[in-house]
Amino acid sequence: MTAPPELFASDPSSRVRPVHDEFHGDLLEVSMGPHHPSTHGVFRMNVTLDGETVVKLKPVLGYLHRNHEKIGEKASYLGSLPFTDRLDYFCSMTNSWAYALAVEKLTGQAVPERAEYLRVILAELTRLINHTCLAGFLLQDGGASGTPLMYAFREREKILDLFESLSGSRMMCNYQRFGGCRVDPSPAWLEGAQRVTDGYGAFLDEFESLLTGNEILMARTQGIGRLAPALAVSAGVTGPMLRASGVDYDLRKVDGYGIYPRFAFRIPLGDHGDTYDRYMIRILEMRESIGILRQALRDIPGGPCLDPGAKLRGLRPKAGEAYARIEGPKGEIGFYLISDGSPSPYRYRVRPPSFINLTLLEDLCLGHTVADAVVILGSIDIVLGEVDR
Amino acid sequence: MTGPEMATDGYWERLPLLARDGASGLFPTPWREAVSGLISIAAILAVFGLVFAFLTLAERKILGRTQNRPGPNRTGPGGLLQPFADAIKMLTKEDIIPRTADRVLHFLAPVVLVAFSLIAFAVIPFGRRLLPVDLDSGVLYFFAAGAGTELAVFMAGWGSRNKYSLLGAMRALAQLISYELPLLLAFVPVIMASGTLSTRGIVAAQGGWTDGLIPRWHVFTPWGFAGFILFMVAALAESNRSPFDLPEAESELIAGHLTEYSGFKYALFFMAEYFGMCALSGMAVTLFLGGWQAPCAFLEVVPSYVWFALKLLGLLLGFIWIRATLPRLRIDQLTRLAWKFLVPLALINLGSAGWAGPLQPLRWAVALALVALPFLLIGRKLTAGIGPRIYRYAAP
Amino acid sequence: MLGTGLLHGLKVTAKNLVGSFHDPARYVTTEYPEVKAPQPENARSFPFLVSESAADPMGTMRCVACQICEKECPPQCIYIEKSKDKKPGPDGRMQLYPAVFDIDISVCMSCQICVEVCPFDAIRMDQIFEIATTERFSALLFDREKLAKPNAYYHQLHPTEAAEVDARRQAAEAKTRAKAAKPASVQPPTAPGAKAQNPPGNAP
Repeated sequence: MTAPPELFASDPSSRVRPVHDEFHGDLLEVSMGPHHPSTHGVFRMNVTLDGETVVKLKPVLGYLHRNHEKIGEKASYLGSLPFTDRLDYFCSMTNSWAYALAVEKLTGQAVPERAEYLRVILAELTRLINHTCLAGFLLQDGGASGTPLMYAFREREKILDLFESLSGSRMMCNYQRFGGCRVDPSPAWLEGAQRVTDGYGAFLDEFESLLTGNEILMARTQGIGRLAPALAVSAGVTGPMLRASGVDYDLRKVDGYGIYPRFAFRIPLGDHGDTYDRYMIRILEMRESIGILRQALRDIPGGPCLDPGAKLRGLRPKAGEAYARIEGPKGEIGFYLISDGSPSPYRYRVRPPSFINLTLLEDLCLGHTVADAVVILGSIDIVLGEVDR
Repeated sequence: MTGPEMATDGYWERLPLLARDGASGLFPTPWREAVSGLISIAAILAVFGLVFAFLTLAERKILGRTQNRPGPNRTGPGGLLQPFADAIKMLTKEDIIPRTADRVLHFLAPVVLVAFSLIAFAVIPFGRRLLPVDLDSGVLYFFAAGAGTELAVFMAGWGSRNKYSLLGAMRALAQLISYELPLLLAFVPVIMASGTLSTRGIVAAQGGWTDGLIPRWHVFTPWGFAGFILFMVAALAESNRSPFDLPEAESELIAGHLTEYSGFKYALFFMAEYFGMCALSGMAVTLFLGGWQAPCAFLEVVPSYVWFALKLLGLLLGFIWIRATLPRLRIDQLTRLAWKFLVPLALINLGSAGWAGPLQPLRWAVALALVALPFLLIGRKLTAGIGPRIYRYAAP
Repeated sequence: MLGTGLLHGLKVTAKNLVGSFHDPARYVTTEYPEVKAPQPENARSFPFLVSESAADPMGTMRCVACQICEKECPPQCIYIEKSKDKKPGPDGRMQLYPAVFDIDISVCMSCQICVEVCPFDAIRMDQIFEIATTERFSALLFDREKLAKPNAYYHQLHPTEAAEVDARRQAAEAKTRAKAAKPASVQPPTAPGAKAQNPPGNAP
């Protein structure tokens, strides 16, 4: 039995364990995807198997590439906003917040306080949606025939109904604007949000009793896909995947963007960095989000939701550049804009957290079986809209 | 199968036999026995065919209701015609046979599978007078027929001449063979207690009630209860049901031995799986749950086949309930569970049943301890390294 | 003990199974098309052009073909051709109108930026979604005739919003008429639909 492959070997092919020649065993090369029930979108993995063990894994991306960044160079600043909704299509509120933050940095636009509270409320609701979906999908990949997924989607529907009554659309909300938010919620909407928040704790309790102590789930996910903190940091991994490896890095605390310093919440950290930790950290983060939501809904002030001096059409920021990032549900989502004084940016770049987290897929899957590779991919939490842009 | 006590049975109890005898009475005497046998076969096929059809519907509806949705409810009232719609769909699909496949094996595999699953029904006593074939070694015959189904799985994988099918078939076969042993060992205490391999004798040995209320079924004894649990877990694995449904998993890479099958042959594989489920559940009812015996003395007015049907349905609903809840085990975890957990427990269970004699409460206490302790110890060893975790939070 | 987690899971599933028969929170399917889920007032699907009267939708369109929505539309699904002549608008003044106003529904992404940037309240969001068609090319290109819908329809879809828009427009018109009625100063008429500076309650 040869020594485990070195993580930073200069020659990538040295990561493959040599096959004993006398058995003439050939390695089986299989392509999983792009049409596959478990790849979370159109995503292909070229997996090389030695029996059941993965010895090489090459992710093939780009099936959902839609020229988002090039379109960003042609569209106006306002026109790019709806496209940002479609990047990570589960989390439209947080994507457009990051973009609006970047443009506000470029133009020096102020944001009224009510809008800041609204942004926090919607971002935390989005975090709830995203992590609930992830839990459902992970368990679906693990083989629970759809039951946790259906429960997750049942709860997600309540939040999507909130989004629809606020912004007009369930997923592609087009809600943030440069200088605040587009629509002011009515008191009835805030009460609805309060009801959803209050009911979410009970749902999480039921979900956890269904699955968290489940021996089969623990056997399938504990010890699988271990991510060392040093590798995570050096690969630029962010979000729950990083925190599951034990690294304390959450932009809501590090950057303190918006009004997050006003809220009291904790950052859960994992010790093992395996798939189970990534799943459990997200469940714990959901509980913290419920706490933030309660505080925000209690303290939200009155006032305008959009800065009265905000300019929407024909925005021509002065020449300059800005990078704004927020802690999206999947990790650090950032927008880098270079303006040259014209109505469209000169360069428009998205920092996609799913894509950067996905680059570690091979390292996580080496030595595991194919069934584990599917579960590991589920725990990284990718959305192809963001990976491919 | 008329008996001396038939005259004292109730009308409903005698009805199936009267119907069969009436039908075979229409034929001349030398043919009567053959016709009577054919009618029994036809009855089993018809009943269990319908059970299979409505079991698929029940599974989808129960899975749906568990998931807060209705399940199929459009075809026919409440979705009752759904199985027939599915059957028509399967029949009208194109039957594709790969060019390089071994045509004989490829064709015979589903046939053999269904055939062996069906002949296992011959020794299950469905009611007091409704045992199709009364064999002295009925239980042995049943499990021999069940082992024949494993041959069919391998025929399917080999005959498809496809690397992936063969690998999948080997995996499925490994699972089936690993779980044969706990399956068989689980009911050996029952045989020891009943003193016979004949299914009629086993059901008769569970007759009677203590104080007219508590039945003397084997499941109410410590070794019988442990055996029942072991038997049901092994039965889940033998019929490829969740959480042991790796061979049919859709999120897996390889569709397994079923890769090269389409249309009606594909449906036959699933029919065989459900027949196997019904047969194993029927045998579990016979061995552990008292067969067609009523739970209390005064409930004997209800015919015996109704009790059998209720118990069978209860076990089948348990299968569906487990499918709705549990995720799937990986192949190595599956085989490890069989060899390192179920087989030792089954062997220890044998020991706990082998001691007969006076002092029944003491015997039972010792038997219970004899099974419970290894269960806890081996269970702890099996789940060493995995367990619920406590998470820390970052310092504020 | 090995198996307790599994038993907890079975309990939850059983609770949902039994609950689905009596608890509406545990049976959340709306059986479309017999039962349609109600859409909130804000829900949006595709744009439509607002006309003042149902009797003459083409003649009373609020749209003056300023082409701002065409310019701002992110996927560029709007195509407008100005008219060569002028027609009297809803307030009697002569104004341009769109000779061609096409929206390609298969391209439109329902972002409603066209609604936001329109200075004349001429284009609003509809809520139709049952528009599937077997014709691949021309059936999803909505022209002027298909897009023009009366203000009464707008009130039906979005009552609160429509009431606000109407109040604002009436206030602006009252202001225009008041200015035009003043004989001493000759002021150019303000454009219809300009944002009212008067507090509500001023309009007749």
